[in-house]
Amino acid sequence: MAEHEKKDVDAHTGVETTGHEWDGIKELNNPLPRWWVWVFYATVAWSVVYMIFMPAIPGLPGIGGEYTPGLRDHSERANVREALADLQDSRGPMFERLEQAAAEGGITAIEADPDLLGFAMAAGESAFGDNCATCHGAGGQGAIGYPNLNDDIWLWGGTFDEIRHTLQVGIRTDHPETRYSQMPAYGRENLLTNEEIEAVTDHVMALGGLIEPTEAGRTTGAEVFELQCSACHGVDGRGDQSIGAPNLTDRYWLYGSAREQVRNSVWRGPFGVMPNWGERLDDATITALAAYVYLLGGGQPDEFAEAALMDRGTGGAAGE
Amino acid sequence: MNLIDRRPKAAPGVTEIDATPVNDAEVRELYKKREPIYPKLVKGPFRRFKWIFMAVALGLYYVLPFVRWDRGPNAPDQAVLVDFANARFYFFFIEIWPQEVYYITGLLILAALGLFLVTALFGRVWCGYACPQTVWTDLFIAVERFFEGDRNKRIMLDRAPWSFDKARKKIAKHAVWLVIAAATGGAWILYFHDAFDLLSDFFTGQAPLTAYLFFAMLTFTTYTLAGTMREQVCTYMCPWPRIQAAMTDREALNVTYRVDRGEPRGPHKKGESWEGRGDCIDCKACVAACPMGIDIRNGPQLECIGCALCIDACNDIMDKVGRPRGLIAYDTDDNIDRRLKGEAPRYRFVRVRTLYYAISFAIVAGVMLFGLMTRSTLELNVTRDRNPNFVVLSDGSVRNGYTLKVLNKAGEPREFALRLEGDPAFEVRVLGTPQASMMLPVDADETRDFRLFLTLPPEAIDRASEDITFVVEHPGTGETARAPAVFRTPLER
Repeated sequence: MAEHEKKDVDAHTGVETTGHEWDGIKELNNPLPRWWVWVFYATVAWSVVYMIFMPAIPGLPGIGGEYTPGLRDHSERANVREALADLQDSRGPMFERLEQAAAEGGITAIEADPDLLGFAMAAGESAFGDNCATCHGAGGQGAIGYPNLNDDIWLWGGTFDEIRHTLQVGIRTDHPETRYSQMPAYGRENLLTNEEIEAVTDHVMALGGLIEPTEAGRTTGAEVFELQCSACHGVDGRGDQSIGAPNLTDRYWLYGSAREQVRNSVWRGPFGVMPNWGERLDDATITALAAYVYLLGGGQPDEFAEAALMDRGTGGAAGE
Repeated sequence: MNLIDRRPKAAPGVTEIDATPVNDAEVRELYKKREPIYPKLVKGPFRRFKWIFMAVALGLYYVLPFVRWDRGPNAPDQAVLVDFANARFYFFFIEIWPQEVYYITGLLILAALGLFLVTALFGRVWCGYACPQTVWTDLFIAVERFFEGDRNKRIMLDRAPWSFDKARKKIAKHAVWLVIAAATGGAWILYFHDAFDLLSDFFTGQAPLTAYLFFAMLTFTTYTLAGTMREQVCTYMCPWPRIQAAMTDREALNVTYRVDRGEPRGPHKKGESWEGRGDCIDCKACVAACPMGIDIRNGPQLECIGCALCIDACNDIMDKVGRPRGLIAYDTDDNIDRRLKGEAPRYRFVRVRTLYYAISFAIVAGVMLFGLMTRSTLELNVTRDRNPNFVVLSDGSVRNGYTLKVLNKAGEPREFALRLEGDPAFEVRVLGTPQASMMLPVDADETRDFRLFLTLPPEAIDRASEDITFVVEHPGTGETARAPAVFRTPLER
């Protein structure tokens, strides 16, 4: 004790030491600034007040839930729920108008009303950014395996109603009405030989105008195509929107137009998936989304779809 | 204290006042508590001018929001209105959209140049007569004087112990101050919303929260700045006294003590000869009258706001002692030197500096006037979709998407004809309008967005990009607006 009483002052700095020494190194006694200490005490006091009033201690079953709720019973989740409900309420009338217009006059009615058009574009754009942009890109420009929504090429139809339906049921989901198509994995399942795969690749690339027809393509390839592919893609390769079979003669290749990519598609049989958004989004939001996607520029008018239905038997579809 | 005459009267009504300037070199300390200033009421032409100016300025401020201006059925009819909600600024016949804030910039430049010019000509006339701080402080001092009496009474009241009478006077003074402050804050918010609507909403508690917030803020600042801070605002808070030295020069008319005439100063007994001495009798009437609490005889100083009340105070004394007026007057430093050297004083208003300020002012004013006169009521902005940059359609044609913002700044709804300059092979489609129509309807005083697609058939694509120009034209007036744009194709550059 007596040693503690005695002040040990460091010769170099003239500062008192704490009396602690390690390997000949002494600790100087430089106390924290007073203001700092008081701020620290104040934060300690504040934390106690905070714990009393605000939700604080987790993992306590039985006490107002799984955490101490605090006297103010504050819940950020409840606040967000409330704010979202308010937002829905404030948008409600516009969404109702949108639904009504969509039901009565389809996209034409929406487009004809500047207010609705602006609202559908804005609501659709924000819903698109939240839900669709991850795969289809911020502007709906798509990527390999994720369709470009700006163009006029639609696997399952590009009318307003078709787009809305596709959004509702998704592609290859567990929805009973989901859009479902499957191309056999000709290579992986050993349905075709490597030679046949190479030949049919030549053939479809020639169909799409990607390469000049080759000898193998013209003979083996065309033969394989007629036997294996034409049932879905049509004899002339123009696809069929009613079963989601892509048109192979247009300029757009969902899984890439390089030879290796096309060959790979034949080998493995592409199997893309889109969620059924009807499960997660309300009908009005889906209507707005469908309108937005339609108005990105590639949407197809209804009479066009009717015409497409008419000659579906011969396999006519998209585009011209 | 010694406010009573210590010496024989020099002339009837002339008293020597015990007043020390607050910025006196001898009493100046680094950290000094504010010394209360008790400006004495003076009478004279400058004081009269200040009353008139105050009445006009305050009148304008309080009445302007209620002045109406007919702009047609679709626009507010308030003459001066800053409409933040709809992003419009109305000033009589001028209407400014957010992207035209350069008019405001121009106005600020004009204000600055005007300030420079008058400062170079007449010193700090802005500070002395027109600055809101001066106007409201003057009003507050008048209220103070009304309840507590003039200088001597106020000094004695402040030194006296608290009594019912003192409390009554102080409470009355502060109450009136608060009413004036509230009216000031209240009038301010009227410039941002329809005045009549806002006024009734305000008193029925239905005005927006921001209105009450700004009302409270401006009431508080008016009360504190004009009531309790006064000259400290000018000396410590305002940057202008520090800048003015660069604007004024030796030939600018400033409130000046004519040392050549006043010195040597000293008390003067009636009947005594004026030979061999100056006209200044050192009565300190000028110091007592000064709302800044300074002594103008110490020469030009940053605390001086150039209000000229000391001129009125001194002229009054000069009349009484029988000397000519103008011992303190608007004069130039240059003239003092000239008189000391025996030369005749001269006043030159046209100098390089004033010419420069005047010409700059005229140029900016001219440019702004021209801009306002030829202001277009139609504007077009175009943004091209960049995500994706272009779209290849199934038949190989290429499409670009654009957003056209059409600004109709006229008071009535109009339709504009859209056309395209450049390659004519484009197929144009505008969302929300009939397929074949190229007419873009826009509501009165509105901006409307149009989505537009340009498509080029495959055989027409021969370059990486095409330069095009969108043109909108109002068929009635022939007014056009154009915006250049680019059409991108998949071809490599």
